[in-house]
Amino acid sequence: MDLNYSPQELAFRDEVRSFVRSRLPHEISRKVLEHKRLGRDDYLVWQKLLHAQGWMAPNWPAQYGGAAWTAVQQHIFDEECAEAGAPRIIPFGVNMVGPVIIAFGSAWQKQHYLPRILSSEDWWCQGYSEPGAGSDLASLKTRAERRGEHYVVNGQKTWTTLAQHADMIFCLVRTASTGKRQEGISFLLVDMRTPGVNVRPIITLDGEHEVNEVWFEDVEVPVENLVGEEGRGWTYAKFLLAHERSGIAGVGASKRELRMLKYIASQEKRSGRPLIEDVRFRDRIARVEIDLMALEITNLRMLAAEREGRAPGAEVSMLKIRGTDIQQTLTELMMDAVGPYALPHLPDAWGDHWLGEHVGPEYAAPLAARYFNHRKVSIYGGSNEIQRNIVAQHILGL
Amino acid sequence: MDFNYSEEQVLLRESIGKFLQKNYSFEQRRAIIQGREGMNAAVWDGFASMGLHGIPVPEEFGGFGGSGLDVMLVMEAFGRALVVEPYLSSTIMAGYTIALGGSDAQRSILLPRIADGSMKFAFGHGEPGTRYELNQVATTARQENGMWVINGAKSVMMHGGLADLLIVSARTSGEVDSPGGISLFFVNPAESGVTGREYPTYDGMRAAEVGFDNVTISPESIIGVLDDGYALLEAVTDRGIAAVCAEAVGCMDALKDATLDYLKTRQQFGMPIGKFQALQHRLVDMLIQTEQARSMAMLAAVKVDAPDTTERRRCLAAAKELVGRAGRFVGQQAIQLHGGMGMTDELAVGHYVKRLAAIETMFGDGDLQVDRFTSSQVEVAETPLRKPARKWKNLV
Repeated sequence: MDLNYSPQELAFRDEVRSFVRSRLPHEISRKVLEHKRLGRDDYLVWQKLLHAQGWMAPNWPAQYGGAAWTAVQQHIFDEECAEAGAPRIIPFGVNMVGPVIIAFGSAWQKQHYLPRILSSEDWWCQGYSEPGAGSDLASLKTRAERRGEHYVVNGQKTWTTLAQHADMIFCLVRTASTGKRQEGISFLLVDMRTPGVNVRPIITLDGEHEVNEVWFEDVEVPVENLVGEEGRGWTYAKFLLAHERSGIAGVGASKRELRMLKYIASQEKRSGRPLIEDVRFRDRIARVEIDLMALEITNLRMLAAEREGRAPGAEVSMLKIRGTDIQQTLTELMMDAVGPYALPHLPDAWGDHWLGEHVGPEYAAPLAARYFNHRKVSIYGGSNEIQRNIVAQHILGL
Repeated sequence: MDFNYSEEQVLLRESIGKFLQKNYSFEQRRAIIQGREGMNAAVWDGFASMGLHGIPVPEEFGGFGGSGLDVMLVMEAFGRALVVEPYLSSTIMAGYTIALGGSDAQRSILLPRIADGSMKFAFGHGEPGTRYELNQVATTARQENGMWVINGAKSVMMHGGLADLLIVSARTSGEVDSPGGISLFFVNPAESGVTGREYPTYDGMRAAEVGFDNVTISPESIIGVLDDGYALLEAVTDRGIAAVCAEAVGCMDALKDATLDYLKTRQQFGMPIGKFQALQHRLVDMLIQTEQARSMAMLAAVKVDAPDTTERRRCLAAAKELVGRAGRFVGQQAIQLHGGMGMTDELAVGHYVKRLAAIETMFGDGDLQVDRFTSSQVEVAETPLRKPARKWKNLV
């Protein structure tokens, strides 16, 4: 047993680290580290830098321009980027639809879409959830009817993250309403500029515009935008889920947030002493830090198992549950640390070009919004209750 | 990165598993607990013939100088079988005390007897009025006519009643709570002035309250350097922590398996109760906690051998805190999911839960471990933030 990376892996880590240090623009990492709002360009600048380095698609095969890294290398890359304050890579293109196109797409789809994903020319979003289809995704109702060389799409998707920036959306649509519900679902790629596609913002409780409703009204989609076979969309969606796992535990980002928490707690005072020296608060920090240490090892154990050829299955659900619990606890503690200065709500204060004066410490401004925003993490990507169902079914056999 | 046991270790684990399956069923264990000794000599010798007592003992003294991982695999198996023999007190705690701190003479005489199991030891540190603090020692040892004279009392000394030799911490200088001035001694329990009262503990083991009234022992009885026993005490305690973390994982695995089995077989409302989501989710959380605990037991097993004591202390404290917390959760859920049956003495469930409860406090509960953890922080809070300006301004 050996809990350390191999010399090759350490060398790889150093390579990633020095790249991130030298190329990640300071004004972008500052926004991430200080919880400032990121704009479309912040993501794109970083993704284009990665693309130039050939690192945009860690998990794609080399023939499609991927880095073809091992699971451990991907993990190291995720950790290094997150710890340094790089924006997350918007996953919908490179981590989600990309692998589906590689596995099931037509030659034309591969040739057309994959390079545009790599270069970030297309910003993708995900059209899965619907008002009546959340955890029970197979009950989705958005219809696609074949008419000649087109599908005509009608219906509504919701919770569509960053659809306001998107050029393309991949959708699960119903192409048949007879038989098993899963068998009537197809996987369709839709250009967001097609007439009839409408994006309406959903403002979340933190006051931010991150998610959207996407409406389809008689939207004509060329049949060549169907991925694989009609009626096989559910299978592709399940395949996609298996590829979504990279970085699901969020260990690197949580380490970064833990450092920020300690910093804030060292600046804040209680009874004239730094809050971090207050036994009660210190203990709360220590317990989440210990949980994170355990999660990091659990994550590495699963990566090692994957390297030995045991495909990760429902274990990933355990990482998601623990990882999101820890992320939420960290946002809670940061908000609690600033006490009353969590209350002032000045959303411009964590945006670009704010010239106003802060109320209280600058770091306090976004903490409450961040706490409220992070309630989402135990809901999205399959709620933590759905994850428990998956573990109960697939690991425990219940 | 490799989270597997070596081939040799896998073989050892298999032979321990077979041995315990044959000699340590739940009923056999019950008979041992109800017996006069509270342990089974044949089982103890069986451990010796598998080489288990030789793990902390270097090869030159008849052992095989094993690592923290060897201890882990043994203790995990012992946790599954709920072994009550004094392996932790004697082989691990005393074995490492002597191996790490003993003089050449002590090592050459005593280590072979640890390795073959022919002598049993108990480790006495805690005292009435203290909890788990390593620096709190009121028992004194003073020099008189070239001999050591011990006075004081040790509380809840695990397996104190069946030890051939006790290892006792005593104050040789300094204030009652000073880490400096603590020394470790061998004390023969048959020595005049040693009083003892043995009693059972709730987890099926035995412990003793041991008093020392002007107990006079030879100058060779001291272990390690005079006044400088604290580091050894802490190193050995960390060995104990790593061991019980692994044992707890064995207990949790057993509880998880038993509970899963129960959920699949117990019928209510015309179906197995495992069909109910409320119960499924509890069991999933047991599984998650067990895996987190396993990760930390691995960390403990690896770091207990680390040369950097700050790193060792930090990781061992973290492991003990998390394993204790996980053990309490898993134990409570296991009883709840077994319903009324979980409350019975007849089922093994309650016995695992009791062992986990004992482990949770042993060598310091979660609060104490958090103290150790935070006091051994190495990293300084760093941030690229500018120094925050505190500006007061009325909102318009």
